[in-house]
Amino acid sequence: MNTNNDFRICPDTGLKWHRPAETLIKLNAVAAVVFLLVGGILGLGVGLTRWPEVHLLGPDTFYQVLTGHGINVLIFWIIFFEMAVLHFASSTLLGCRMAMPKVGMGAFVLMVLGALLNNYAVMVVGNSSVMMTSYVPMPADTLFYVGLILFAVGALINCFLFLGTLVIAKDDKTYEGSIPLVTFGALTACIIAIFTIASGAVILIPTLLWNLGFVSNIDAGLYRLIWWAFGHSSQQVNVAAQVSIWYLIAAVLFGAKPLSEKVSRFAFLLYIAVLQLASAHHLLVDPGLSSEWKIFNTSYAMYLAVMASMVHGLTVPGSIEHAQRARGLSAGLFEWLRKAPWGNPVFSGMFLSLVGFGVLGGITGVVMGTEQINLLIHNTLYVPGHFHATVVIGTTMTFMAITFWLVPILFRRQLIMKKLACLQPWIFGLGMTGVSLFMMGAGTLGVPRRHWDILFSSSDGGFEFSAAAITMMGLNGMSVILACLGGAAFCIIVVGSLLFGKKIGEDEKVGDVMIAAPVTDEEYATNKAAMTIPGTLGMVAVFFVAFVLYYFINWKYLAQTWGLS
Amino acid sequence: MTSISPPARKIWWKEPIEKGELIWIAVVVVWGIILTLMMPFWHIYGDQNLSDEAYRTTPEIYMAKAQAVVDKYTVRTEGDMQIPVVKPPAGEDIYLVGRLWQWWPYFELKKDETYRLHIASVDWQHGFSLQPTNLNVQVLPGYDMVLTVTPNKTGKHTIVCNEYCGIGHHNMLGTIYVVE
Ligand code: HEM
Ligand SMILES: [Cu+2]
Ligand SMILES: [Cu+2]
Repeated sequence: MNTNNDFRICPDTGLKWHRPAETLIKLNAVAAVVFLLVGGILGLGVGLTRWPEVHLLGPDTFYQVLTGHGINVLIFWIIFFEMAVLHFASSTLLGCRMAMPKVGMGAFVLMVLGALLNNYAVMVVGNSSVMMTSYVPMPADTLFYVGLILFAVGALINCFLFLGTLVIAKDDKTYEGSIPLVTFGALTACIIAIFTIASGAVILIPTLLWNLGFVSNIDAGLYRLIWWAFGHSSQQVNVAAQVSIWYLIAAVLFGAKPLSEKVSRFAFLLYIAVLQLASAHHLLVDPGLSSEWKIFNTSYAMYLAVMASMVHGLTVPGSIEHAQRARGLSAGLFEWLRKAPWGNPVFSGMFLSLVGFGVLGGITGVVMGTEQINLLIHNTLYVPGHFHATVVIGTTMTFMAITFWLVPILFRRQLIMKKLACLQPWIFGLGMTGVSLFMMGAGTLGVPRRHWDILFSSSDGGFEFSAAAITMMGLNGMSVILACLGGAAFCIIVVGSLLFGKKIGEDEKVGDVMIAAPVTDEEYATNKAAMTIPGTLGMVAVFFVAFVLYYFINWKYLAQTWGLS
Repeated sequence: MTSISPPARKIWWKEPIEKGELIWIAVVVVWGIILTLMMPFWHIYGDQNLSDEAYRTTPEIYMAKAQAVVDKYTVRTEGDMQIPVVKPPAGEDIYLVGRLWQWWPYFELKKDETYRLHIASVDWQHGFSLQPTNLNVQVLPGYDMVLTVTPNKTGKHTIVCNEYCGIGHHNMLGTIYVVE
């Protein structure tokens, strides 16, 4: 049985940490940051090569480094961090013991092993420059697939441990009523992750067998269909995890409760409800699929998920506005926002992430996920432009923001270089906004993704992209440098704090207020205005107008290209 | 009670929805419906729609078809590689081959005429990216995809490969001339 020694009560937040879970959260978070560092350095190489005037790397190194970049950041950094989030949202938020921590350790070891094997194949053996999508029939090293499969098995085990921990909390009655919203969001992430990993297994295991010679052929179209059931749903996991953290940060910094539990929870459920064939929007210009199939699967699967995200996009800032107004910051439309703690990277990171994710990532995702408009966008640089807004400004910046909070709370170390930490979200956010916008701009002008030489200097009868496109690539290169400075600042601050930050004893307080007192019903009752959240409604109205305009402009572009029937 | 603790009211699903939230949900739902309907709408009224026509094929069968068209309609060859430039009559079935690392053959098409352009790969995956008009489709081995195209601008068009296909990917170019 567990004794009280198995737990640590946080003097700042009152959170009850189960020590074995705490260890696993730390390990997974540290591994995540290490892979972010590796992947970020590779990203710098990619970005500087795509800057025509710089053109840093040779072609084979470029494709190798691009493969390594995609896998290390998108898969290893993000999923390791999500494992930490799962354990935190179950064991820590519910104050219960974690299910089978030893198995959790085994899963962690498997994941590390898988990540190392995959990196070994890509970066050391060097015969696996196949991009993270590893489309058949282009072959990679056997270890490439083995590494990914081991990593996925580890992640799957962690998902089941999360579910097990929820059961323990229920049995031990460590909470009353329903699980908290943040845990609920993590639960949806976990369920989607299980579906995701199952799809990954369905495609990667046969691919491994094909690689070993046991299967003679894998259909290229079928591969893409199933690979994207995995590749796309894993983005749905990211969104669910990141939105959960937005709610967490709103609670921690403002003592905010959701505007309504019902709406927020239902929006999370929509992510699960629609995930089966959300992969369709990656296949909009593939042969062999009918338009009916494409339209049905992008719209029922995608627009419902889009609606869910748009709802969270209102309810998260709305709940902050609601709480701030209750605390007296109720002048005009935006006093609540102006007087928010912009100097705190936990807040600025989270809020910039929310805005960038919605405006840059959300709008462009819907536009390019429209069956016919995809003809303009498919496989151009627009695509990486879009997902650097979703998965970097969105997911990555959110994870960075919460890490600034976790360093003192979980690792019991004071942050070093606090001034730099305050600037970090702005540097990284600005750099990434540039990366994302300029890649989208170049993509609109036709510049391909995953391409070493858009000047075509070594082919005869090459093609000249417009001067505007080349300029965009230069501006992208400069933004890459800024983004990498922001990324480096994050890694230096976090790693530096863990190594050299002032230790905080278990019963000692951090010093700053680390968690806001919950806003009480009485405080909420002081807000008697007709509209509870006018500022947030104003912001989403602006967002919506931009969305509608940009959407229809793209139909107009489409009408100018060759006729197709 | 906040988002990190259980809901204060145990029967939280009976709480009323906040007014601003309700307005936004209504907007979002209507917008989702419009987004969905725009795609069938464009199939009916728009001029840029994939035909959805595709056939299973093999490299041998597909190459034979492409070769037959080349034999019939080649008007000249171009470049060191002597790539045939094929000038088919309007309405004809023509076959573009994507292979490591070349789009083969070249075509010369008439503006405002319609052609049945077949595209397939005979090895790995490729990406057909027609520039500067910017039209992009995925090209797979084993699938013969038919685009019914009507060029609307004269001049030299380049086919860039925009699906990574190995070390020569960035040299993989093709040409379609559009003439009056
Ligand atoms: C540290 C700053 C980063 C920089 C400067 C950067 C830059 C780039 C650039 C220039 C590309 C190349 C696009 C192309 O040539 O096709 C790229 C691809 C990519 N990036 Fe990043 N990126 C960064 C961080 C991230 C992060 C944090 C993630 C994920 C969480 C990410 C995910 C990806 C993915 C998935 C690809 C596509 C790889 C592929 O096409 O297979 N990047 N990045
Ligand atoms: Cu190619
Ligand atoms: Cu290619």
